[in-house]
Amino acid sequence: MEITHDMLVGFSKSFGLFYLLAMAAVALAYACWPSNKARFDKAARDIIEDEDVPCR
Amino acid sequence: MVSGLTIGERQGAIVILVLLAVIGTIMAAAAGRTGDPMSVHGFIVLLFSLAVLAVVFWGYYTPAPDEGRLKSYYDDPSKAGIIIAMIWAVIGMFVGDWVAWLLAYPDLTFDAAWSSFGRLRPVHTTGVIFGFGGNALIATSFHVMQRTSRARMPDQLSPWFVLVGYNLFCILAVSGYLLGITQSREYAEPEWYADIWLVIVWVTYLVLYLRTLARRKEPHIYVANWYYLAFILVVAMLHIVNNLAVPVSYAGAKSYSLFSGVQDAMTEWWYGHNAVAFFLTAGFLAMLYYYLPKRAERPIYSYRMSIVGFWGITFFYMWAGSHHLHYTALPQWVQTLGMSFSAMLLIPSWIAAANALLTLNGAWHKVRDDATLRFMMMAAVFYGLTTFEGSFMAIRPVNSLSHYTDWTIGHVHAGALGWVALITFGSIYALVPWLWKRERMYSLKLVEAHFWLALAGTLVYVFAMWNSGVIQGLMWRTYNESGTLAYSFVDSMIAMHPYYITRAIGGLLFLAGALIGCYNIWMTIRRPAPVAESARWDAPLPAALQPAE
Repeated sequence: MEITHDMLVGFSKSFGLFYLLAMAAVALAYACWPSNKARFDKAARDIIEDEDVPCR
Repeated sequence: MVSGLTIGERQGAIVILVLLAVIGTIMAAAAGRTGDPMSVHGFIVLLFSLAVLAVVFWGYYTPAPDEGRLKSYYDDPSKAGIIIAMIWAVIGMFVGDWVAWLLAYPDLTFDAAWSSFGRLRPVHTTGVIFGFGGNALIATSFHVMQRTSRARMPDQLSPWFVLVGYNLFCILAVSGYLLGITQSREYAEPEWYADIWLVIVWVTYLVLYLRTLARRKEPHIYVANWYYLAFILVVAMLHIVNNLAVPVSYAGAKSYSLFSGVQDAMTEWWYGHNAVAFFLTAGFLAMLYYYLPKRAERPIYSYRMSIVGFWGITFFYMWAGSHHLHYTALPQWVQTLGMSFSAMLLIPSWIAAANALLTLNGAWHKVRDDATLRFMMMAAVFYGLTTFEGSFMAIRPVNSLSHYTDWTIGHVHAGALGWVALITFGSIYALVPWLWKRERMYSLKLVEAHFWLALAGTLVYVFAMWNSGVIQGLMWRTYNESGTLAYSFVDSMIAMHPYYITRAIGGLLFLAGALIGCYNIWMTIRRPAPVAESARWDAPLPAALQPAE
């Protein structure tokens, strides 16, 4: 099979669009998933109040 | 420095340095036979490794560090990194201002090859981006990754290898430009052997970061680490692909790219724009997401937004590079792709800028009183401005006016001075008292003076370049009644002259601020340390009391 310019353009315009949309959906779902909220809030708070010693 | 290393690590350092000295000798000898300028680099590698070797030998017989060291973070490399970053800042900004005057007064080259604009300009760009920015990123990333993981670095040798090795790369880069050694690829000028060395250093950096994260106590990896990791990982990928080249001879500096023609141009600008994205944006956003909340003592406004912004930036930036090649032989659809992704980039960029500014809501009195926090606030403002401008300039018809003019230079410096340098100075001013265990910086007035000099310098610079860029662009496209160009190129050069002088003055203000910063940091470090925690009269007794007998 010969790989032509038009084929590559067609591939990027079809598959490219959908895989970007899918990745965006995954990232948004992860960020907005309700059960993740507590963990995110803790992470944001923990850097403010940390004692300056390592745990390990 | 050496006293923090275990005996085994000291021996490891000696082995590495002897190996490096041998490589330097071979380079000098092999290239010396043909008189290739690479021989100078061989001698530089040799001298550099001998100098570091002397430092290691000097401290070799100091007692080995005890197990007590494991109860604290390992900050020596961060301290050294900050000082080195400030030295590079002065070198890079000084050469930058020099070439700015050179553009206004071209006779200042004194008829020497090394002092021509083409050789000095990359010394400026490498000095500020890789020397100043890179060392600041390495120093702060070591600090942040340990704090957010609540884990000490796994060993003491690899952070030094990363920091010292990286600076050897920077020295090879800038000395090479003056000698005329260059690949002529923007922001990727160093030749093949320096590139290979950077790959070794960079992979060690990535492995060190991952090893520290693997030891973390916190189950969740704080968002600043994601940005630092994106910076390290993507820069490795960009650097390797863009520098794929075949050396003419192993005993010479010259090499040829594996790509040719428009593919070569696209590879270079895929690299170039992502260097802006992952070196000059992702890494510094990591600083923003750690030091700004920390200094304002307020958690980031929206942690969710920081994650959405992160993935937006990593997905979109990858495709934006082709906007540097509008109206060239690059296929039209690739240009359009770059343009669309650049426009879309405005969303994650403004997410980050808004997140930073909204974090400060309720802490504006601190921004007013604390110049360190104001540095970070102003950086977020310039980040928002510059990313808007960048998306706008990537639109093809806008680019037809702005491209090849000083508008581009103005845009780059709004980002580099207003965003990158301001967030770095803000982070350094926050970090220096923490690292050296001082109550605060030596002089808060000098921090204030630095802030206003930096802001004034940036504004003068950027406004001068906006004006000259738009005038230049308009003069190059003005036609007279007979359909020919109304102005010659020299006409546009003459029109630029006052702006070039203004720009050089703006740069001088910025450099003066950096010099004040160096003095202030130096005095903070030299000030006597406060009484140690355990020696204070009100120090708590050890928790485990001996039972009475």
